[in-house]
Amino acid sequence: MNEAVIATEVALEVKNSDIFYGDFKAVLNLSMAYHHREITALIGPSGCGKSTLLRSLNRMNDLIPGTKITGEYLFQGKNIYDSDVDPVQVRRWIGMVFQKPNPFPKTIYENVAWGARINGYQGDLEELVVTSIQRVALWDEVKDKLHKPALALSGGQQQRLCIARTIAVKPEIVLMDEPTSALDPISTAKIEDLLDELKKTYTIIIVTHNMQQAGRVSDKAAFMLNGVLEEFGPTDQIFFNPKNPKTEAYISGRFG
Amino acid sequence: MNDLEFQPRQVARKSLGNLWKAIFIAATLLGVLSLATLLYTIVDETFGLVALEFTTPPEELALVPNKAIEDHTSVELAAVVRQALEDGVGTLTPGIVSNYETLQAKPLEQWPKADILDMIYTDILEIEVQETFGLVESLFQKDRITIAVAEEYPDATLIFRSWMSGDFLTGDQSSLVLNAGIRSAIFGTLWTIIIAILFAFPIGVGAAIYLQEYAGDTRLNRFIQTNIYNLAGVPSIIYGMLGLALFVRALEPLTSGEMFGGVDPVTANGRTILSAGLTLGILILPVIIINAQEAFKAIPNSLRYSAYGVGATRWQMIWHHLLPASFDRVLTGTVFAVSRAIGETAPVVVIGASTFLTLDPTGPFSKFTVLPMQIYTWTARPEAGFKNAAGAAILILLILLVALNLSAILYRNHLRKTKEASS
Amino acid sequence: MSLPAIHVQLRKKHRPLESVIHGFLFFCAGFSILITTGIILTLGFDALRFFTNDGADLWSFFTGTVWEPQIERFGILPLLNATLMTSLIAMLVAGPVGLAIGIYLAEYANRKTSGILKPILEILAGIPTVVYGYFAVTAVTPWLQATLGVDLVEFYNVFSAGLVMGILIIPLIASMAEDALAAVPRSLRQAGYAMGATKLEVSLQITLPAAASGIVAALVLGLSRAIGETMIVALAAGAGSKFTFNPFQGAETMTGHIVRISGGDISYQSVDYDSLFAIALLLFFITLTLNFFSRKIIEHFREVYE
Repeated sequence: MNEAVIATEVALEVKNSDIFYGDFKAVLNLSMAYHHREITALIGPSGCGKSTLLRSLNRMNDLIPGTKITGEYLFQGKNIYDSDVDPVQVRRWIGMVFQKPNPFPKTIYENVAWGARINGYQGDLEELVVTSIQRVALWDEVKDKLHKPALALSGGQQQRLCIARTIAVKPEIVLMDEPTSALDPISTAKIEDLLDELKKTYTIIIVTHNMQQAGRVSDKAAFMLNGVLEEFGPTDQIFFNPKNPKTEAYISGRFG
Repeated sequence: MNDLEFQPRQVARKSLGNLWKAIFIAATLLGVLSLATLLYTIVDETFGLVALEFTTPPEELALVPNKAIEDHTSVELAAVVRQALEDGVGTLTPGIVSNYETLQAKPLEQWPKADILDMIYTDILEIEVQETFGLVESLFQKDRITIAVAEEYPDATLIFRSWMSGDFLTGDQSSLVLNAGIRSAIFGTLWTIIIAILFAFPIGVGAAIYLQEYAGDTRLNRFIQTNIYNLAGVPSIIYGMLGLALFVRALEPLTSGEMFGGVDPVTANGRTILSAGLTLGILILPVIIINAQEAFKAIPNSLRYSAYGVGATRWQMIWHHLLPASFDRVLTGTVFAVSRAIGETAPVVVIGASTFLTLDPTGPFSKFTVLPMQIYTWTARPEAGFKNAAGAAILILLILLVALNLSAILYRNHLRKTKEASS
Repeated sequence: MSLPAIHVQLRKKHRPLESVIHGFLFFCAGFSILITTGIILTLGFDALRFFTNDGADLWSFFTGTVWEPQIERFGILPLLNATLMTSLIAMLVAGPVGLAIGIYLAEYANRKTSGILKPILEILAGIPTVVYGYFAVTAVTPWLQATLGVDLVEFYNVFSAGLVMGILIIPLIASMAEDALAAVPRSLRQAGYAMGATKLEVSLQITLPAAASGIVAALVLGLSRAIGETMIVALAAGAGSKFTFNPFQGAETMTGHIVRISGGDISYQSVDYDSLFAIALLLFFITLTLNFFSRKIIEHFREVYE
């Protein structure tokens, strides 16, 4: 990882955001920017607000009644919470991979093709499905059973399929909510390898509980505690030279 | 953002979404509307204008002043009849009256009020319901109705009638719709339901305890469970056929009361309260079992373990802990099943509920009718007025059902509150 | 050193009361088998007696197009046809409407709205069927006659009965469909939304197919309810068997026929009486088969998500 922050283009920027669930304030006055084609890891103890923040980045929080979000979320120069913005389109550009693999109860092919189809893909759908599956290094394992149910795959394969499904709609940003926490170490390693490959094309923001994982895969890391962004910087700096004593305490395993 | 490879057609998809949402809402409103229309129809039929025709106007009767004819006592009505005979009002002759008295084997003064009233209506006033009108029509188009009635039935009088009334509720059965009451049907309903509960509640709860607390995962127990689910889906008319073959016919000596004496063996048959009660009991048994099982399932295992932990036997655990803790749910589940039994019609028709009863049921071996049966026979009759009476009977049936369910809910909430207060 | 002796009795204790109770409870549960046996035996016995009559044999029972007990013609087809017609009309109403309500409740309605709608559906489901029959003849039939013309629509007609039966079955299908949809894991919906799907696309293309077997089970059970439903057809569909495909004519269904004949004064020794049991037996097997499949489908559905 680079020692110095290289100024890259900003893919998504959060400005002065508070997030509430009913009366509970989950995230407090948070501002941060995610850079183009970088992997940003959000770390912190359970309940620190990192998953809440992640779900706010593509308006998935809209689906949870009682959520209120203030501040600005600038994507392509536009606040995604503006009243004239269609959340459906936001999510089409900012995709998400979830904690537990959640393939649709359809065939493997349909899982990947569905998102592209509803979004009106103009190219060769079959080719798109194949390249998407190839990009997540799943092709050899499923090429003979594309029209078999996706639920028959192993957990690790399902999760890679979910990633393939997400990139098939060609998003700009991919959000990942602890994508390997339900997987075994071998499947986890495969997905971590995949992330390195994917960041060539996509901006990735990943929530993880696994410190080693954050260290291995991310370019930048953000440490959150009790809804507050305590420290944000290059991963090496956060891990080896944290400026904030709370970050240091967390990294060295004193809580969380 | 420029999207070359994709044509997301946002607008089209969004409007398609809105269209379908509107369809879903419309379907839901249709459901609500159906209920509203149904209730509206019943209320509309229960109250409204009635075009009556009589050959003798009621004013010619020697009624007690300022008293509606229905409010007279038997003795007063008998006096009215005697006076009419003397005055030569109506077509009634002393001969007819004495014939009736011989039939009833008692003098006019001792007849049930409804019978004298029937005689006054049919033989003196010769009253006839020509046409009835709905409540809404009666309220908002009274002028039109008045004109139409005057044209079609020049001799008719137009009165506003509430078909549901105290007399209707407490009155005897009558072939005259104006005079008909549903007391014996209400009694019949109460009797059959009590028998159904006495039969089905203990067995149902017992079966649920067995299946939930005792039964291991054996083939027999699984079969019993599947069988109960299947029974819950058997059409009620099949239970009626079972009741007809088993209780009415095969067990006739028992269900007619012959075995116990005290009934006339010549006229006694198995079409009694007891047969109906047992049939309805069997009908609701699977529902009671399934609901009670759900109630027991809702009790956390920690309660069972804590009882076993201090050395309780299985039955001690059930009797002292499981049943008290689940009683509120068992109760509401049973009330739900009983509500179903109260409204059941097909099985009681098949078993042979009487379409006309002169006596109230007095015990398990009485012939009977029930509220839904009364509604069925009246609804099926084409003459004017009977649908209105059926509407009134439905209103009473629905009020009964709502009251039953409401009191069960209130009692349950009361139980829960005391449970919370004591814990 | 020896420990102070305490008297501990660990041997199995004979508990007669526990055994008696256990036995009684087993009898209660086993009673349900007696009921099923009773149904099959009583229906079967009288049905058998029916088929030993002249004029009644299995072949003509299942293929005959005339049901006229007076002239000893016992062909079930007119009754079966009327049953299927009313049920089909009922399902054409209750299927789409019930499903749409189920989708609305599971996917669209907020807590407050469904808090109002569900009790309404429960009331609708709790109203006795004879009241629906009343509704059919006092409101729906006159309305049909007024809109479509008295020449087309007979007073007693299959269409009105089917329509009202559809309303009766709506709550059943709506609540079962809602249960099936609600059982689809939320993560699937989220995955759909995260790919830029609209609510409709998620509801119809993700949730609905995922709940398909539960919904099929609801439809099968609804059909079974319709076939066994009695009072609505007894009041509204007409008396007297008639082999017709015109829904605006009257035609007696299997259940309607049983109710009309058994409700009258009928001799226990007549062929008419026995014939009712043959009809009931057929009805029993049809509904039993449908219910069985509905349960099987639901069990399979549970396996997928548990």
